[in-house]
Amino acid sequence: MGDLKNRFGTGLSTIFLALVFFWLAGMVLAPNLMMIDYALRPNLPPAALGGPDDTYSLANILYLANEPTHRAIFFKTIWASGLVALVTFLVCYPIAFWLAQRATTGQLAIAMMLIIIPFFINEVLRTLAWFIILAYRGPLNAVLTNTGLIDAPIRWQGDGGVLAAMVYAYILFMLLPIYNAIESLEKAQIEAARDLGASRWRIHTRVVIPHAKAGIATGFVFTFMLAAGSYIAPALLGSPGSRWFTEIIYNWFFEGGDWNRGAAYALVLLVLCLAVVLITLRLFRVNLTDVAK
Amino acid sequence: MSHSVELAGIGMTFGTTRAVSDVSFRVEAGEFFSILGPSGCGKTTILRMIAGFIDPTEGRVLIGDRDMKGLGPNQRPTAMIFQSLALFPLMSVRDNIAFGLEARGVGRAERRAKADDLLRLIALEGYGDRMPGELSGGQRQRVAIARALAVEPGVLLLDEPLSALDLKLRQRMRAELRALQKRTGVTFIYITHDQSEALAMSDRVAVMSSGFLQQVACPRELYDNPATPFVARFVGETNALAGRITALEGGLAQIQTALGPLTGRAGQGAGVGQAGTIYIRPEALIPGHGTNALGADIERVDFEGAFALVHGRFADGAALAASVPSTRLADAPLPGQRAAFGFAPEHAVVLGDG
Amino acid sequence: MRADRIFNAMFWLYLFVFMTYLFAPLIIMGAAAFNESRFPTVIPWQGMTTDWFRAMWADAAMWRSLGTSILVAVCVVVIVVPVGTAAALVLTSLHARARSFAYALMVSPLLTPGVVIGISTLILWRQLGVGGGIFLIVLAQSTFIICYVMLMVMARLQRFDRTQEEAALGLGASPVMVFRRVLLPFLRPALLASSGLAVLQSVENYNTTLFVRGFETPLTVFIATKVRTGLTPAVNALALVIIVATVIGAIAYEVARRRAG
Repeated sequence: MGDLKNRFGTGLSTIFLALVFFWLAGMVLAPNLMMIDYALRPNLPPAALGGPDDTYSLANILYLANEPTHRAIFFKTIWASGLVALVTFLVCYPIAFWLAQRATTGQLAIAMMLIIIPFFINEVLRTLAWFIILAYRGPLNAVLTNTGLIDAPIRWQGDGGVLAAMVYAYILFMLLPIYNAIESLEKAQIEAARDLGASRWRIHTRVVIPHAKAGIATGFVFTFMLAAGSYIAPALLGSPGSRWFTEIIYNWFFEGGDWNRGAAYALVLLVLCLAVVLITLRLFRVNLTDVAK
Repeated sequence: MSHSVELAGIGMTFGTTRAVSDVSFRVEAGEFFSILGPSGCGKTTILRMIAGFIDPTEGRVLIGDRDMKGLGPNQRPTAMIFQSLALFPLMSVRDNIAFGLEARGVGRAERRAKADDLLRLIALEGYGDRMPGELSGGQRQRVAIARALAVEPGVLLLDEPLSALDLKLRQRMRAELRALQKRTGVTFIYITHDQSEALAMSDRVAVMSSGFLQQVACPRELYDNPATPFVARFVGETNALAGRITALEGGLAQIQTALGPLTGRAGQGAGVGQAGTIYIRPEALIPGHGTNALGADIERVDFEGAFALVHGRFADGAALAASVPSTRLADAPLPGQRAAFGFAPEHAVVLGDG
Repeated sequence: MRADRIFNAMFWLYLFVFMTYLFAPLIIMGAAAFNESRFPTVIPWQGMTTDWFRAMWADAAMWRSLGTSILVAVCVVVIVVPVGTAAALVLTSLHARARSFAYALMVSPLLTPGVVIGISTLILWRQLGVGGGIFLIVLAQSTFIICYVMLMVMARLQRFDRTQEEAALGLGASPVMVFRRVLLPFLRPALLASSGLAVLQSVENYNTTLFVRGFETPLTVFIATKVRTGLTPAVNALALVIIVATVIGAIAYEVARRRAG
């Protein structure tokens, strides 16, 4: 703090500190604390607020644990988000490796541009695009039936559609960290491994992937978090059988009218995401500074 | 208006590191004063304390006999030229030079006139609209000087400003700096680790080592009469032979070394019976000279134009460096030979160790 | 060697499939805007038309939601650029221990699901008697967009030579003048680039906005609602216009970012 004052003088540093305080206290900490407060209180009519029933309890969180549908959707959201992250990784890894180690400068510039452009476009629009493609009478079914790959149109909406759109939406968050990690691997290491007779598979499992693990961890963390917190893809592409945890939260707020329970569910989602982030980072020994790039 | 600078017992501690210990000296107004020392000796810390970027943990800084305590760098009558020059890359050369005037609320027209005057002074007339990135190293150097002079500082602080330049340019800039100082009469305090730079430009030099002040003297005095073993070794080349002081008489000291008894001027801390070292400058060693005769094995002779540098080892293994003027090259021994050197006692100094 | 050739061929095929996966949805969505069919699709092709663009143009609700989105984006930029810059400057003047703690707190909104940011903002402000609307949309979006600005400004600050500040101070400049004349011009490219990014992030945000929108309908909410309640190719026409605008904006942003270096 002394350094800040020396550098910018009392007036400016006071302004800077006030702005940062306004952000961290007013926009980051206070809302989350209030959400926790809400999550731990029962949903009461205004008259009963502050009354004898207005006590802290874990009832709202236990409700999630005891309500079979919500519990199932919660766990399904977790594993489905993990699956999204895994599929995204499988889709991205060959491309990231090629970009980082094999592509010429020109190929790299063009491919990077092509990959980045779709991600400047709104997630809602990208999901809308999948909505059109996957429509029952849409282009995908038309192509598949016309080529004889399937006999009758398939109803893609549901888990498959959600997965396809989510992988599509989060490719960049997986691809860039892995690309950055593999790029720092010396070409000579791969050549040395090949020279020693390692198979292609072994080169990747023993040389490239261990080197890139920090980048892979970062990609997983972001993809998982974004998938678990996603709302638009399941809302537009899901079916009644493929509901997402965020949809239930939304319903508590705008249809069920129980904000306390909604806050409890949101809190569970937040804790889940932070836990996944911290555990993954610890497991892969990645620093937070390297993640946020 | 140029100012004197006085340091009264200043010290600086960073955490647990003692950067500067109890340094006192006075720089007179209008003097070209250098602080010389190896990197990490505390010289830059001293300069930054004078400029006001850091406050000394003890002692006082007086500029123009006024205590500077509590005054920030923007409130002191000093201007600093940084090692990196720190020109503002996004401002034109003219805006760079006029920056200090802008800070003082000087009007646009006057700023411009003053900047153009200074551009003339540094022989960069017509360069005012260029950006610093478009100038050569020497030109940038001069802009940094003009920028500092524009605020008419009482004291100009220079932190190794020539170290990024190549040798030729460095030598030319030395002369320019010296001339500029004489013309403007501003007090210069110049930091350097290059002893020839310090000796060539300064009125007086302070030598620092490990945060301690070793000696303050004019260049000639520093070279001929080093006060401490550190100064003797750091300023200029020297041959050092250790021994025990056996006699002091008439300003001369006799020292018993592994090569026999030698005589030189008695320097500081030389007492009979003490461990001491005799320091002989390379140019003082004369082949075949009768007094203080020393034998050495010659390893290499480097011809450098004006003189030849003779490298070898004395009989006790200590390194020998002697310079022989080209005009006397015929006297110089050849590599592989064993040769005898001697020196006049007044060209060597005996200092007590420790 | 033969195995290598087959492998390479397989890779290029994969790259082709990957690029198709990236672009086919966008191309199909764009193309459907020109199909006469009442439901946006490309199969069957019922003839070329630009009617849907006209329909989109005539849709007053669309214009209102576009206006809302732009208003929100402008307010977001006004908040996030100063706060993000201040955060970067405060962070870089902290000492190691405090710094890593503050850093974790400052990037935490990036690791928080968007819906949670919307929900917690909504809950806090209901306590204070403020309901969903433009004000909360701006606030909730700013919460995490500030992080992006902070990271971009920090990246730029890393290449700033602090002796320039000292030089200016030494020449008699006040700290305010040092900031205004030396640091701010240096940060300018990063501030421009982060403003661009902030606009983009704000306009395209859905997850956070959904919870704090109140009775407002920003563009993303407008589109999502249309998809559920009556999708016509007019939405595709709008999508195509947005895509073209974003790609142009993206290129401009990239140019600015490159210059920020």
